[in-house]
Amino acid sequence: MKVMDKNLGLEEVQKLEGHTDRVWNVAWNPAADGVIASCSADKTVRIWEQSSLTRSWTCKAVLEGVHTRSVKSLAWSPCGKLLATASFDGTTCVWEIFATDSETVSVLRGHESEVKSVSWNASGSLLATCGRDKSVWIWEILPEEDDEFDTIAVLTGHSEDVKMVLWHPTMDVLFSCSYDNTIKIWCSEDEDGDKMVTCSDDLAMKIWKTDISRMQSGEGYVPWTHVCTLSGFHDRTIYSVHWSRDGVIASGAGDDTIQLFVDSDCDSVDGPSYKLLVKKEKAHEMDVNSVQWAPDKERRLLASASDDKMVKIWKLASEP
Amino acid sequence: MTLGLINANPVVQAKKEGLVRREDQYRDDGVDPLEMTKYVRDIRDPEHPYTLEQLRVVSEESVTVDDKLDRILITFTPTIQHCSMANIIGLCLRAKLKECLQLHYKVDIRVSPGSHADEVSVNKQLNDKERVVAALENPNLRQLVDECIYSDEI
Repeated sequence: MKVMDKNLGLEEVQKLEGHTDRVWNVAWNPAADGVIASCSADKTVRIWEQSSLTRSWTCKAVLEGVHTRSVKSLAWSPCGKLLATASFDGTTCVWEIFATDSETVSVLRGHESEVKSVSWNASGSLLATCGRDKSVWIWEILPEEDDEFDTIAVLTGHSEDVKMVLWHPTMDVLFSCSYDNTIKIWCSEDEDGDKMVTCSDDLAMKIWKTDISRMQSGEGYVPWTHVCTLSGFHDRTIYSVHWSRDGVIASGAGDDTIQLFVDSDCDSVDGPSYKLLVKKEKAHEMDVNSVQWAPDKERRLLASASDDKMVKIWKLASEP
Repeated sequence: MTLGLINANPVVQAKKEGLVRREDQYRDDGVDPLEMTKYVRDIRDPEHPYTLEQLRVVSEESVTVDDKLDRILITFTPTIQHCSMANIIGLCLRAKLKECLQLHYKVDIRVSPGSHADEVSVNKQLNDKERVVAALENPNLRQLVDECIYSDEI
């Protein structure tokens, strides 16, 4: 689907209020339409649901009393029934979310200091976490043992805090990025998904690509190469980038803006390039910490989380 | 945490008397550097019973305000090149300013150019938001910071 309409804008659909401190991150439920979770420095996680009747979001649950410090990151399992939450208290909690209730399934301990990010793999069998202790942990869920978790690897290649981990959308390949200014790609020894975008305190976004067929054939080391750098758009740290299924890159930064980029379709000798589609100034009153596209690409909904304690839902639509 | 003071012999200045505000330079509802300096100058040094102003760690020249974008840059000068208290001082400055400023102001904190042996690394730590938030959530660090910013004037 091409996104080249000249009159596209980001319109604010709703502001979700409730958190009492900065909101670090948001995550859409991959299996349940209109369900989104947010996590905050107020030590809680909120789950918001869109009513099929009124079409507006309300807070359906507050997960509290478990984490004792900021909850920095959260991730739904692919089936949408489990929610993993990573906290500065050093633990990762896995919750089972029912229609009217939620229950802590497991508390994963092991990191020596703040956990900064958590991610499920495509099949929901593995969880990855990372933190200030410079390590990346991989946990396996054991369904035959009442969903207990087993540590299967502790990866110590980074020389400084690891800030984020993310699994490839289809393969068991893990990406980690760090305070040591590097991005590492990890595969075990036995979608499209051939491009990724990264963002940094250096005020730029970078796009990388790989040869996906070589990766899928299990070739071993397959390089990722730098394709393009997007700079000059944000003038404060870019905290979050997310690539939608229909090819729109959203970015959220410390300059309070949310910006959208697409492939400019004018390939030059130097390779593909990307252009700015929308710049939403003052998307929030303070830093934007996270942007996430909803999985259903038809609806073109984007969620954002900010230091101003708000979660906002946006729609990419033609301006009147 | 007492392995001997990092800098046992700091140079101490007399406290400045009133600072003169420049009337027309900054907009009414904004902030001006002199006002910012007043907020931070009496923060107590983490190691010595003197204020940051007395130790010349901060001065009127420390604060730069971008009035249009509501951004503030504070540079401070540790008393010695290998000062390991630089991070604590940075946290104190940030915690104090958070109380005094409207929430939407953006604050960058750096050591004065050339004043610290690990300048790049210290500046990176002082401005990494998740590290700063995590540090201020640590009860021990928070207590030390509170003692520095809430101490009575000498």
